[in-house]
Amino acid sequence: MMRTSCELAIIGGGPAGMAAAALAATLGVDTIVLDEQRAPGGQIYRAIETVQARRTDDLRILGEEYAEGAALAASFRASGAAYEPDSTVWQALEDGRIGVSCGGVAHMVSAQRILFATGAMERPVPIPGWTLPGVMGAGAAQTLLKASGMVPNVPVVIIGTGPLIYLIAVQFARAGVPIAAVLVTAPEIGMTDALKVLPGVLRAGRSLLKGLAWRSELRSVGVQMVHGVSQPMVEGSSRAEAVCYTQGGLQHRLEAGLVLLHNGVIPNTQLSLGVRCKQTWDAGQHCWRPLTDDWGATNHARIAVAGDGAGILGARAAANLGRLAALDTAVRLGKLDLARRDRMAIEDRVELAQQHALRAVLDKLFPPAADLLAPVGADDIVCRCEEITVAELQDAVAQGCTDANRVKAFTRCGMGPCQGRMCGAAAAEVIARALGQTADQPGQFRVRLPVRPVPVAELARLQS
Amino acid sequence: MFRRLHEPASTVTVFVDDAPLRVAAGETVAAALLGAGIAVFRAAPRHGGPRGPYCMIGNCYDCLLEIDGMPYRQGCLTTVAEGMRIHRPMEHEEPK
Repeated sequence: MMRTSCELAIIGGGPAGMAAAALAATLGVDTIVLDEQRAPGGQIYRAIETVQARRTDDLRILGEEYAEGAALAASFRASGAAYEPDSTVWQALEDGRIGVSCGGVAHMVSAQRILFATGAMERPVPIPGWTLPGVMGAGAAQTLLKASGMVPNVPVVIIGTGPLIYLIAVQFARAGVPIAAVLVTAPEIGMTDALKVLPGVLRAGRSLLKGLAWRSELRSVGVQMVHGVSQPMVEGSSRAEAVCYTQGGLQHRLEAGLVLLHNGVIPNTQLSLGVRCKQTWDAGQHCWRPLTDDWGATNHARIAVAGDGAGILGARAAANLGRLAALDTAVRLGKLDLARRDRMAIEDRVELAQQHALRAVLDKLFPPAADLLAPVGADDIVCRCEEITVAELQDAVAQGCTDANRVKAFTRCGMGPCQGRMCGAAAAEVIARALGQTADQPGQFRVRLPVRPVPVAELARLQS
Repeated sequence: MFRRLHEPASTVTVFVDDAPLRVAAGETVAAALLGAGIAVFRAAPRHGGPRGPYCMIGNCYDCLLEIDGMPYRQGCLTTVAEGMRIHRPMEHEEPK
C-alpha cells in the first residue's frame, strides 16, 4: 500500500533521483521515490541491478560508464528511502500533492517538497518516413539492449549526430551485430574543430578520449561511417525498408530493416511544464528547460528539479545535482543548517564544474543538425498522434496564427495522446521558419494535467 | 526485428490477437512483441498508417495497444503477465 504523505517525494529513479534519495534519507528526511520503471537506474542505468546480477556478459557490451550506475543503485537501496516502482505520476501540483497510479490504482500523495528527477529524452527526429514501424530513436534500441538484452537481427542504419550514435554502434559491434552504416549529419570532426575547443578538451580529458576510442573501435571492425549526410528519409510500405540520403552532392539509397535516429537529448519537462515552472530557452542546447537556482529550486517554493530534466549535463552531473537538491531540501525542512549545507556541497560543486566543462565541449562538437529538427516537405508528418503535416501547420500560420498554442488550437497538432512531447519542438521550428523567427519565439505548447492518461474509473475510486 | 542475447530465465504465455506467444517474464509488452518480430502495433487513427514503438520510454505513444480489454495502454510501460490478452488496434477513420 502506497503511503499518502512524506517530507520529500522524488519523481524518477535515475542518477539524480537515486543520489538525492540516498542523501536525503541519510539526513533524516522522510523520502519516497516514485519511479515509472520496475527497478532503479532511470534510462541511463536501466536494469543495472539485473545486468550486474544475472547478465554480467552484457556489462562488457554496455561499457564501464553504464556499470557506474551499480554503486549508485546500491547506496540508494541501502539508504532507507521508500521506493515505489511501476508508479506513473500523472500530475504534480504546486501545493505538494502528487497524483500517481500503480497497478491500476490511483493514489494522491502529499509531500512537503517535490523533486522532479525526470531526466532526458531523445530529441525527436521528424524526418520523412519517421512514423514507419522499424524507425526508432537510437536510445530506444539502447533501452532494449539494457532492459531486455535484445539486439537487432535485421540490417541497421544509424542516422544523426551526437556521442550516442557512436556509443550504440560500439555496443552493437561488441555484441556481434552487423551495422549497415552510420550516417553522420555533421562533417567529420577535424583538427581545426578540436583546436577550437582545446581548453575545454584539456579540462574534460578522459571522457573525450573515450569518444575517440569508440570511433577507432568502430573503424577497426569495419563499420561504414559516412559523414556530411543531409536530407535523410526512410522508405517503406508497412515498415522501414530503405534509407535515402544526400552526400557529396549525390543521392544514395541503403536497404535497412531498422533505422535508428538521434539528434541529441533534451530535458523531459512534462511535469515541470504541467505545474507551470518558469522555463527558459537554452540557445546552446537548442531546447527549453525549467529555470532553477544553484540548488535546483524553481519558482514554486515546494518544487525543485535535478538532473537532465533541468538541462542536459549527463548522468554524473545528475547525481551531483540530485545531492545538492537533497541538501537544500534538508535545510528547508529544518534538518540541516546553511553552513553545513554549503560545506557538504563542496565536493559535488567541484565535480559539477568538471561536467559543465565537458558539456560545453560536447555542445560545441555536436550541435543539433538543422536538417533533423523539422521536415520541409508539404506532406511530411510533424505530429505523429494527429497526423498533422508541415502544410497544415504552414496553412495555420498563413491564416494568422503566430504562436505555438494558436497553431495547436487550429490544427490539433500536439493534442493527441503524447501531448506534444514528440511534435512540440518540430512544430515550433516549422512556425518559426514560416515567420522568419528563431525557434523559441513561437513558444511552447501548454501542457494539460494529467500528463499521462489515467482511466476515469481509477480517478473515481481515488480516496482523498 | 530484435533477437535476444540470452535465453530467458522464465517465460509466460500471452495472446497477441488471439495467437499464443511465449515471451520472457518481466519483459515490457513492447519489447516482447519486437522480440517476436512484430513491428506493426496499430494503425494511426486518422489515415490508418502502420505504427510501432519509436521511443520505448513512454513519450511517443505509438506503442498503444488494447491490453486485457483496456484500450490505449502503453506497451513500453506495461509488463507482460501470464494469459495477458493483447489486441493491436487497426481501426481508423475511412479515407476522405
